[in-house]
Amino acid sequence: MKRIYAREEFCLGCRLCEIHCLVRHSKSKKLIKAFRKERGEVVPGVMVESAGHVTFAMQCRHCDTAPCLEACITGAMHRDKKTGAVICDADKCVGCWMCVMVCPAGAVRRGKDGKEGKAASKCDLCAGDKTPVCVLNCPNEAIVYEER
Amino acid sequence: MDTRHLIIGNSVAAVAAVEAIREVDETGGIVMVSREPRHVYSRPLISYWLAGKVDDRRMDWRPRSFYDELKVRAVLGKEAVRLDAAKHVVELADGGRIGYEKLLIATGGTPIVPRIKGHDAAGVFTFTEWADAERVRDFIRQRKVGRAVVVGAGMIGVKAAEALAGIGVKVTVVELAPRVLAAALDEPAARLAAGAMTEAGVELRCGAEVEAVVARERHAAAVRLKGGEELPCELVVVAVGVAPNAQLARTTAGAVEVDRGVLVDDLMRTTAPDVYAAGDVAQGREALSGTKRAIPIWPGAFRQGRIAGLGMAGAEPERYDGALVMNSVSVFGLPTVSVGVAAQPPGDAEVLVSENAGVPSYRKVVLKGGRIIGAMLVGDIDRAGIFTGLIRSGTDVSSVKELLLTEQFGVLSLPAEYRKHVVAGAGIEV
Amino acid sequence: MRRWLVQPEFKVERDLERCIQCQVCVRQCANDVHSYDEEDEQVSSDGACCVGCHRCATLCPTGAISISRSQLEFKPNANWTPESIRNVYKQAEGGGVLLSAMGTDRPWRVYWDHLLLNASQVTNPSIDPLREPMELVTYLGRKPDQIRVERGPDGKVRLATEITPQLKLQTPIMFSAMSYGSISYNASQALARAAKAAGTFANTGEGGLHPDFRQYASNMIVQVASGRFGVDPDYLNVAAAVEIKIGQGAKPGIGGHLPGEKVDAAISRTRMIPQGSDAISPAPHHDIYSIEDLRQLIYAIKETTQHRKPVSVKIAAVHNVSAIASGAVRAGADIVAIDGLRGGTGAAPTTIRDNVGIPIELALAAVDSRLREEGIRNQASIVAAGSFRSAADVAKAIALGADAVYIGTSACVAMGCHLCQRCYTGKCNWGIATQDPFLTKRLNPDVATRRLTNLLRGWSLEIKEMLGMMGVNAIESLRGNREHLRAVGLSDREMVILGVKPAGE
Ligand SMILES: Cc1cc2nc3c(=O)[nH]c(=O)nc-3n(C[C@H](O)[C@H](O)[C@H](O)COP(=O)(O)OP(=O)(O)OC[C@H]3O[C@@H](n4cnc5c(N)ncnc54)[C@H](O)[C@@H]3O)c2cc1C
Ligand code: SF4
Ligand code: SF4
Repeated sequence: MKRIYAREEFCLGCRLCEIHCLVRHSKSKKLIKAFRKERGEVVPGVMVESAGHVTFAMQCRHCDTAPCLEACITGAMHRDKKTGAVICDADKCVGCWMCVMVCPAGAVRRGKDGKEGKAASKCDLCAGDKTPVCVLNCPNEAIVYEER
Repeated sequence: MDTRHLIIGNSVAAVAAVEAIREVDETGGIVMVSREPRHVYSRPLISYWLAGKVDDRRMDWRPRSFYDELKVRAVLGKEAVRLDAAKHVVELADGGRIGYEKLLIATGGTPIVPRIKGHDAAGVFTFTEWADAERVRDFIRQRKVGRAVVVGAGMIGVKAAEALAGIGVKVTVVELAPRVLAAALDEPAARLAAGAMTEAGVELRCGAEVEAVVARERHAAAVRLKGGEELPCELVVVAVGVAPNAQLARTTAGAVEVDRGVLVDDLMRTTAPDVYAAGDVAQGREALSGTKRAIPIWPGAFRQGRIAGLGMAGAEPERYDGALVMNSVSVFGLPTVSVGVAAQPPGDAEVLVSENAGVPSYRKVVLKGGRIIGAMLVGDIDRAGIFTGLIRSGTDVSSVKELLLTEQFGVLSLPAEYRKHVVAGAGIEV
Repeated sequence: MRRWLVQPEFKVERDLERCIQCQVCVRQCANDVHSYDEEDEQVSSDGACCVGCHRCATLCPTGAISISRSQLEFKPNANWTPESIRNVYKQAEGGGVLLSAMGTDRPWRVYWDHLLLNASQVTNPSIDPLREPMELVTYLGRKPDQIRVERGPDGKVRLATEITPQLKLQTPIMFSAMSYGSISYNASQALARAAKAAGTFANTGEGGLHPDFRQYASNMIVQVASGRFGVDPDYLNVAAAVEIKIGQGAKPGIGGHLPGEKVDAAISRTRMIPQGSDAISPAPHHDIYSIEDLRQLIYAIKETTQHRKPVSVKIAAVHNVSAIASGAVRAGADIVAIDGLRGGTGAAPTTIRDNVGIPIELALAAVDSRLREEGIRNQASIVAAGSFRSAADVAKAIALGADAVYIGTSACVAMGCHLCQRCYTGKCNWGIATQDPFLTKRLNPDVATRRLTNLLRGWSLEIKEMLGMMGVNAIESLRGNREHLRAVGLSDREMVILGVKPAGE
């Protein structure tokens, strides 16, 4: 399946990917509005880690044997049949954070969606979009979406 | 349909096995037998259900179409009572017999009920299955319960207390150990958890032992502690732990060897040919010690079920790297995570701790020989899984020790080799 | 001492209605113009250090940043321009040589903008390049005085004249010399890869050939400069051609100096000098004081390469450029590269960059005419360099007599350069002219390669359009054909030198 891969050697650490991810998953979908009003509400699925000049964008690996899928007690975490992406159904999620505990990439985070105002938040590969927004907006093609 | 695969149990280990079998064997007959007359549901959700946070529909752990889609014959509401491993036959309580080519015992655990005086009084419940939660709810409604005592402050006790408090019952939790969640949390972490509980109005009695349930007219009226103090209540939830539900295996006269649980190898095979066991009922290798232990946790049950299923279907089984003790419990909204040996580190281990009282947040990492063997996070649990991955992989982190508890800690902090593996890996299995 | 008389060149403004405090700008500016105040939770900018490279404005997701020239005006003075006043301040404070980079920004006449191309009408009809084949293939190298053919034993006609080695270009545009050291590894790699992809050539400059780039060597010209960095027989033999660098348009008669701190392990290996030592290119080649000396070097190289590689001599366009070019051809050069006044550099004393040399247009016309007059035009190809900004500039250069052109600045611009002219600071925000690992990774060579090949493709298509419009179907037919050019607004004398008629004639 197509996955997002980081090319650490070309990541600028600009974090535009995070910004665009946030907007894509916001309610308003408007850059300025989303960033001002929904920041903190929407947790970007991609996170950029930096230390000195080493930086890269990290998001869910959509593992073949995904520990979060195995650990999820509600069945909220599931694999999308079409895209193969591991995604969380915020309505089912109860925020037990089993998935946060087991993801070796630390790619599942505590979000604020769902019935209780807390649900696991992670990369959904932009719900089947042709190219995820982080990849689309990376100025240096430091994240790529491809079959490997 | 012939019964190639017979599965006793209808919970996580059983379902994982069925899904794994169907990955390889699309047609072989599968029969699932379950004592409970219900569609596949999630046991950990019963406290959420009791609190009204999860409705009936959301209790389903797999869609209603599950059995049809996976071509499974579900025999629900029937208990398996005897196993003839030589003849490859399982006998049901109603006298029915089902033959099998491969058998999986996934009967889970049974709650431990101490034989104290009054334990059989009305209003005393265990809390491990949906029916328990239903009984508790009905009892509360009928008897207008105002006060409850939860015996045991382990994961189930804490979640039961949370649910009860959530529906307006005044709860007192009694725990023998000096702190809550004693197996998972150390003193400072447990203090934070206890704080969250008391803040929500729960009364805590740690280091206290229950002597008896005081019954009036065969109904629970109070819980008496050693020393004589009585805690008046109308409802008692006993949550002092679960034991492997290995009854079925014990009927084989030793063909299936049972210790505390059913003994299994790394492929989930028991000592009897064609009989597998997985989940809370099984006693398999523990990752860090290498010894066989029964560890009643969900992810372990899933993994074991899956491995058993693959083996039953004759596929190349996935690597089993042993069960790792772990749990993530949200205590009245305060997230806690504990993985590996974190609560009681061995004497020769190196322990790193960081605390931020204001947030509150508490993080602890236990190292031995440069490798992480335990991690505990309270409050800010984000990215806890990175530690779990490091424990699993046995990665030497001596070079990045200083960074483990810093705010910037992330995949980036890890040794370059491991980092590349995590960043690029598709099927990262750690 | 505080540089208190030198006021900022740019003003950085932030549209607070658009700024979302995402701090992309903070993370991108290597000159620390933007900063985030944790206490106020506010990004703010201090334009004092802004070099006008637009990195922040380009990456800002909301377009909140605008950069303008400082509004601080001096009293108008036609003689004392703001630049000249500022330069005096700078020198009064620093006391050193003022440095600059890229080509001169002084308003010297750009002759390309005074030359117009012809087009066919009615007679000699124009050709549609989308329907008819258009030939841009160009061969660089010495052409024989005459060609002899003979009939072989098999009865077929064959060429009897031995042709000396040639460089085959799919388009008459090459990347000019930019050394690894002056530009980053990723930029060097992109140039080499793009040259290979487009069927043309990149030039190592005087910095040697990084072992990683040997795989592109068949599309690389290696330079031998006064510092002789990285030169050994292997270096000469692995390349497609060898270029002796005598001079550079941006700083004729001046050597080069790569400070020791930039000579890291990789650069030291590539240049074959100790790590951390200054890489000094002397002003002259210490073994070349005459055309005869130059001839010795040319033949030493030809011997080393068994006469299999064309040898080029690169000179700066200076007053007597045609005589020098003629000398170089007579000394055995197969290619003469002429770098004009507006040619770029990674670092040069401002005063030299801005005041020395002559425009490439005049130099090119003069050299082409001189070699024709002497009857030796066929003995060497002419490559013109020094700020080709468009396909039209290239076509005009070909019409003036160039066989091909070198592009350096345009190539940098294609990779993202914004001509801030601060290459020499090593803080190129676009990751081109820098060795700082934080900055070099900003240039993804995959992206840069694609952009460079796109540029070459676009220009080549445009050149084909122009050829078709002129009614010719091969770049050969335009080469040196000054009838295709007309001048506007030039003096008679300039037109004589350029060999073009005024428009209307
Ligand atoms: C309230 C609660 C909260 C929990 N929270 C967590 C948590 O947060 N994290 C975590 O890791 N774990 C948690 N657990 C533990 C987790 O639920 C178990 O580890 C998991 O359910 C074990 O799965 P299993 O498939 O082995 O067996 P079980 O889930 O115990 O299921 C056993 C199945 O076998 C059937 N069965 C039993 N005996 C027979 C028989 N003789 N014949 C036929 N059928 C039979 C039962 O009907 C049932 O379908 C929690 C458990 C409870 C009760
Ligand atoms: S947008 Fe691209 S370059 Fe910027 S931080 Fe994200 S991955 Fe790195
Ligand atoms: S937090 Fe939600 S998605 Fe994650 S394991 Fe728990 S229920 Fe599943």
